[in-house]
Amino acid sequence: MNLTFSQKEKLKNILFHVLVGGFCIFMLYPLLWMVAGSLKTSGNALSATLWPEAMQFRNYLEGWKGFGGVSFLTFFRNSFFIAGTATIGQILLASFSAFGFTRTRFIGQKFWFAIMIATVLVPGQILRIPQYIMFNQWGWVGSFLPVILPQMLPVPFFTFLMVQFVRGIPTELDEAAEIDGCSKFGIFFKIILPNLKPVLVTAGIFRFYWSWNDFMTPLLYLQNVTKYPVSIALKMFSDPNAITNWGAMFAMTFLSILPTIILFIFFQRYLIDGVAFSGID
Amino acid sequence: MNNKFEALDTVRSLDAGMNKKKWIKENLTGYVFILPWLIGFLAFLAFPLLRSLYYSLTEYTIVGDPSWVGLRNYIEIFTDDPKFWTSLKVTFYYVVFAVPLRLASALALALVFRKARPFTNFYRAAYYVPSILGGSVAISVIWRQLFSSQGAFNDFLVAIGVMGDRISWIGHPDYAIWTIIILAAWQFGSPMIIFLAGLKQIPKGLYEAAEIDGAGKIQQFFSVTLPLLTPVIFFNLIMQMVKMFMVFTQVYIITEGGPLNRTLVYAVYLYRKGISNGYLGYGSALAWIILVLLTIVTILLFKTSNKWVYYESEGE
Repeated sequence: MNLTFSQKEKLKNILFHVLVGGFCIFMLYPLLWMVAGSLKTSGNALSATLWPEAMQFRNYLEGWKGFGGVSFLTFFRNSFFIAGTATIGQILLASFSAFGFTRTRFIGQKFWFAIMIATVLVPGQILRIPQYIMFNQWGWVGSFLPVILPQMLPVPFFTFLMVQFVRGIPTELDEAAEIDGCSKFGIFFKIILPNLKPVLVTAGIFRFYWSWNDFMTPLLYLQNVTKYPVSIALKMFSDPNAITNWGAMFAMTFLSILPTIILFIFFQRYLIDGVAFSGID
Repeated sequence: MNNKFEALDTVRSLDAGMNKKKWIKENLTGYVFILPWLIGFLAFLAFPLLRSLYYSLTEYTIVGDPSWVGLRNYIEIFTDDPKFWTSLKVTFYYVVFAVPLRLASALALALVFRKARPFTNFYRAAYYVPSILGGSVAISVIWRQLFSSQGAFNDFLVAIGVMGDRISWIGHPDYAIWTIIILAAWQFGSPMIIFLAGLKQIPKGLYEAAEIDGAGKIQQFFSVTLPLLTPVIFFNLIMQMVKMFMVFTQVYIITEGGPLNRTLVYAVYLYRKGISNGYLGYGSALAWIILVLLTIVTILLFKTSNKWVYYESEGE
């Protein structure tokens, strides 16, 4: 066979689409299966087919009712409240502290910075027991405080990420503002913060994802059904020993990842560039 | 140039009275800025970490107060706690298979997406999606049903004739851990993106030079791509390892540590013993053991990195 260069390229492209596209369907199968399951009749929801025989939108209505007299409206409201406050707090406070580490000078700066780096990889689970005892003594157990506050104050990972970014902003901008009589706080809010927009978006989305998906802390601290976030509610709702309506279970599972997917679609660029730059996972 | 700045500095430091005020103000400003981090660090990390070291040396349950027992918890864990050893074994098994599988998938796909073709961006996004869903309850719930006895995975195997009878993959002592390993391998999106960024950094000239030397595509991969990518591989390895060592939500929901403790990963055992059963002191000791172990493994990996990670300065 004598193929010209462009024919060869075409053949390669076709091969690429068949292999990569085929594998793509395989990769996305679990997600498509979930969406299909949410539209199937309850008895049929677990079958492998991706094609629901009759569209059962009432699965969504039934699932939405929730359990124990509390609907998913409450669970979603709780999740948005937790993840929303954690996200806004985290990006503002982490960038604020990152400014301190890079653009001010004080005694112990190197020491504290080293401490921050050293704690980037400390896994949260190690701290659960003492944190629980502490929050219990403070009377915080049962409230949103122990869930939100530790996710809101700057965590080393995001602080370090912001430090990297602040370092990339030319100091000439600060100097010019300083000559104009701007204080350090003025410089942060007027010069640095607006320039940090890309990293604020990236960090914000990841903070939102992690807080939205957080399972262990609400499991520990929230005891009242009316305070449950979606993650806990979904775990309760999908208990394999108690469940009867698989269609409704899939419907709520799908709704629970919808905010994540929507954010991804709108902010894809920021996410992918952010991961490439920082190694966020 | 330097002398000029030094001279300026001397002039500044001569102006001592003004400097003192400025110095205090500078320090204060710095601490105000790092205060949010400092509060978080002291209250939610340093203080609990030290407290847990103390608790680990006490007998402390949810109903009583801590009483000092020295190293007893640690001795009991190492000599008289078969579940501790089981959970260590399960965790290592999981990490040893899940981390390389995830990284290999990530690297393979990164190589595929390296060259821009029509729809590459779309595919890349689609492959990335599973990893943003990460440790969500939703994914674990789907996984549990997918591999249950009525689930779709059995449908496939029966349809293609591999199996006659349906089995519960998550309930099978030998296969349960593999449903969780596959889940980890499936979520290779983030390391894939990091690999792609790393691949972009490799100078094209090196490939041209290799081609002139008569190296084929495969040889180019092993003599150019792989060595130059080792720093990125190393980074991904450390990040993924630390994360997978503490895997919790997936196991807690999919298999609950069962069947027969075959999927009892460390984080689940720690949670069960320390929190569900209320052995706060014993659980703190378990937490400190894994922290030390994780630190040792990380240090060892860093030590071996001299032998296989290529740093550019060495080449010069």
